[in-house]
Amino acid sequence: MKEYLFQYTLHLADNALILGHRNSEWCGHGPALEQDIAITNISLDLIGQARSFFQYAADRYGNGATEDSLAYLRDARDFTNCLLTEQQNGDWAKTILRQFFMSNYQSLLYDQLQQSKDEQLSAISAKALKEVTYHLKWSSEWVIRLGDGTDESHARMLKALNDLWPYTGELFIPVTYEMQAFEEGIAPDIKTLKNNWLNKVATIFEEAKLPVPKEGFSQTGGKTGLHTEYLGYILADMQYLQRTYPNNTW
Amino acid sequence: MNQKILDILAQVPDPEVPVLSVLDLGIIRDVIERDDNKIEIIITPTYTGCPAMDVIATNIRMEMAAHGYGQVKITTALSPAWTTDWMSEEGKQKLKSYGIAPPLPKQQTCRSELFSEEAVPCPHCDSYHTNRISEFGSTACKALYHCQDCKEPFDYFKCH
Repeated sequence: MKEYLFQYTLHLADNALILGHRNSEWCGHGPALEQDIAITNISLDLIGQARSFFQYAADRYGNGATEDSLAYLRDARDFTNCLLTEQQNGDWAKTILRQFFMSNYQSLLYDQLQQSKDEQLSAISAKALKEVTYHLKWSSEWVIRLGDGTDESHARMLKALNDLWPYTGELFIPVTYEMQAFEEGIAPDIKTLKNNWLNKVATIFEEAKLPVPKEGFSQTGGKTGLHTEYLGYILADMQYLQRTYPNNTW
Repeated sequence: MNQKILDILAQVPDPEVPVLSVLDLGIIRDVIERDDNKIEIIITPTYTGCPAMDVIATNIRMEMAAHGYGQVKITTALSPAWTTDWMSEEGKQKLKSYGIAPPLPKQQTCRSELFSEEAVPCPHCDSYHTNRISEFGSTACKALYHCQDCKEPFDYFKCH
């Protein structure tokens, strides 16, 4: 497997894994039983997608890599997920908005990746897209419910928007491996997804009575391994067992 | 596909919905017999994160071994992606008698419009007077519904 393709596949895997792990922190803490089950089901889908990408990367890369070694034994600087996925859960509004932004993004990305020249990335994306369609629908409904809900829920959505918006720009700013993947016909030009993404945000926000912020400064770095302080804590939690008891299985 | 092997696979249940066999689910995509007496079985996951897939692969191996097939290779294929349209009619009937509403045909119902609900008949009393409690249920493949006539809650195997 070419280096850029390996990096690109890991980037797709890391986005799914870190967002999936974040959502799983809600397990047993959801605002209502049904929504606790919903957010953890979404976790399960995302972690399943991450496994597919990691298995593919590990199979092709060789060197003894496995899906587990890629997930559990890399350090923070080796993870290339977007900064948005690692942001803390905060309240339900913040988790919902993060999910909506990411599902909107994954839906557009996987749709294009179905046409990838790489058969396995195409197959994983076609499969994942069906699940992401549910995630997008569910999170869109919640954005509307909270945005156009009570004064309290509306205020919380505004705060979540203020916190998360600076992390959305990174989704559409390509780094080297994404540009190489595009040039080789493996991936879409990520910049071209932005308009459709913004249109969807505008449509949902209009119903949710939320303002679409102006484009401003974007926090970047996640895709090249420069993370916010939150990723280290996620990895400490997620990788603890394999780090403490190497190669342990059950 | 070899009928003898299909008959064996018909004995392997889905661990989460044991009333269905792996054949009913439509996840067996192919059975390939090799010259050296090895069998390769191609399976496809329902949902990428479905935790039952590993158990299903183990159960297929055990059932095949019990019938004298010691060398079985199980390969997972993701494409084409699984759809509930591959579930057998018999499987749908079994689901209903088990108390789970079977998936409706995909063309009619897989909608992405917001706040839309599929009109799902209650598996207990056949009433269409039902409402969705949650799009996500006890497993990735199900949604939670409630019947307003017989008042029973039920799982719906959602179309996918």
